[in-house]
Amino acid sequence: MPEVTFDQLLADDGRVEPRDEMPDAYRRTLIRQIAQHAHSEIIGMQPEGNWISRAPSLRRKAILMAKVQDEAGHGLYLYAAAETLGVDRADLLDQLHTGRQKYSSIFNYPTLSWADVGAIGWLVDGAAIVNQVPLCRCSYGPYARAMVRVCKEESFHQRQGFEILHTLAHGSPAQHAMAQDAVDRYWWPSLMMFGPPDDDSPNSARSMAWGIKRFSNDELRQRFVDMTVPQAEVLGLTLPDPELRWDEERGHYAFGTVDFSELQEVIAGNGPCNRDRMAHRVGAHEDGAWVRDAATAYALKQAARTEGAA
Amino acid sequence: MSLVPYVLALADDALVSAQRTAWWISRAPELEEDLALANIGLDQLGQARSLLSYAGAVEGAGRTEDDLAYLRDDRDFRNVWLVERPQTDFGVTMARLLVFSSWQCELYAALASCGDPTVSAIAAKAVKEVAYHRDHARLWTLRLGDGTEESHQRMQAALDAEWPYVEELFEPVDGALVDPASLRTAVLDRVQSVVQDATLAVPTTAPVVGGGRRGLHTEHLGHLLADMQHLHRSHPGVTW
Ligand SMILES: [Fe+2]
Ligand SMILES: [Fe+2]
Repeated sequence: MPEVTFDQLLADDGRVEPRDEMPDAYRRTLIRQIAQHAHSEIIGMQPEGNWISRAPSLRRKAILMAKVQDEAGHGLYLYAAAETLGVDRADLLDQLHTGRQKYSSIFNYPTLSWADVGAIGWLVDGAAIVNQVPLCRCSYGPYARAMVRVCKEESFHQRQGFEILHTLAHGSPAQHAMAQDAVDRYWWPSLMMFGPPDDDSPNSARSMAWGIKRFSNDELRQRFVDMTVPQAEVLGLTLPDPELRWDEERGHYAFGTVDFSELQEVIAGNGPCNRDRMAHRVGAHEDGAWVRDAATAYALKQAARTEGAA
Repeated sequence: MSLVPYVLALADDALVSAQRTAWWISRAPELEEDLALANIGLDQLGQARSLLSYAGAVEGAGRTEDDLAYLRDDRDFRNVWLVERPQTDFGVTMARLLVFSSWQCELYAALASCGDPTVSAIAAKAVKEVAYHRDHARLWTLRLGDGTEESHQRMQAALDAEWPYVEELFEPVDGALVDPASLRTAVLDRVQSVVQDATLAVPTTAPVVGGGRRGLHTEHLGHLLADMQHLHRSHPGVTW
């Protein structure tokens, strides 16, 4: 009675492993979520990669290259985790390239200044951590374990982003303005990273029951705001929300209304950079086809040679 | 003879290479290669930083690695032409890396026992890194040369295109701690054996009249530096 086993595992807060029986819908939900997460990691290389060539010091250049490299590594772990569910990376990439699977909408915003690299580290990696820490306890073992590794590196990224902004905010007036402008542009899109509000999030209840999701979108969004507001004070930067204030009664920060119609537009493909991000990704994939084909052909020849020699 | 021009020449080779290699991050044929090229670029950048800092220290005028990287114009850069031209074709990148890393391997191995303790320490660390780069380029040269019909042709074209820039590596440099000409046979033997194993032909294209070691560059370096330096130069004297 495999279904019982699965339910029992969930009830005991155990981990589902690749060979365990699991409902088809659970498998499909995980594949979609992990693939989307993996796609976000690799598309996320682009906005920050945009500043590698122009990084304003060699030290910052090295840190940024290592960070973007980490994101490629996150993509690799996550595609590998998805593959344990019986799909392969080439198919998932194909779904990304043909628009059948999505990536995080945040990466459809442009990096217009060096400070954006700091804002992404501080806010976007920061929001990713809030989303992902609970996933370290996800019911699916390979995903949970991938998240443990990823979260360690994301918190490193978040500190680096904070440090970039701190240096800028305490630097020249032009640097301070650059930092403030970046935070002004990235604050609201970062809040959108937690997804639609709870009363408009149709699949959340099922993901909660399956132990894939542990907290609701609005809970996580609140946690992020609570964590970030004091950090903004340390930075000496303003968050662009006139309604932001400490709510003594609730013991949380109150904040303004997120414009979810903008999120819908960006998800629908009409964000500032959707077309550029896809063109870059598909272009790299197509330009590399002859290289991948050569590697496959060479491996086959080598295998034939080894066989011939044996 | 001052060490500065020589150390700067090696630093500039590594820095300009790192700048070109880093272009690949997010554009590689597969994810594993994004990681590998990021590693290689980071190694090259690390070598450049050590060498630039040392050049600044020897010079004694208080210039830091960033002053030297961001505030010199192209006529003051001393890198070879091999590394400064755009490389947006994977075959070209691997052909160039094969030549460059084979040369760096011989060079750093020789410098590891040179008379200058700082250069010797930098070289001893770097030689392990570039041995990995050379192996990476060797494996891709084999795969591309002996892969498909198309990859064979493209890799041959890439080698032919890079070959005119090989000889400049062996030209004399002011203040050299290792005579560049002394590395020629070992480097060419190494490259040629990989090329032949890859079923490719050793190119016969004639060398171009270069001048990187004297600060005479291709038109491409100015664009690379404009991109690399503009933000730093737009905010003089600040901390990043
Ligand atoms: Fe990541
Ligand atoms: Fe990250």
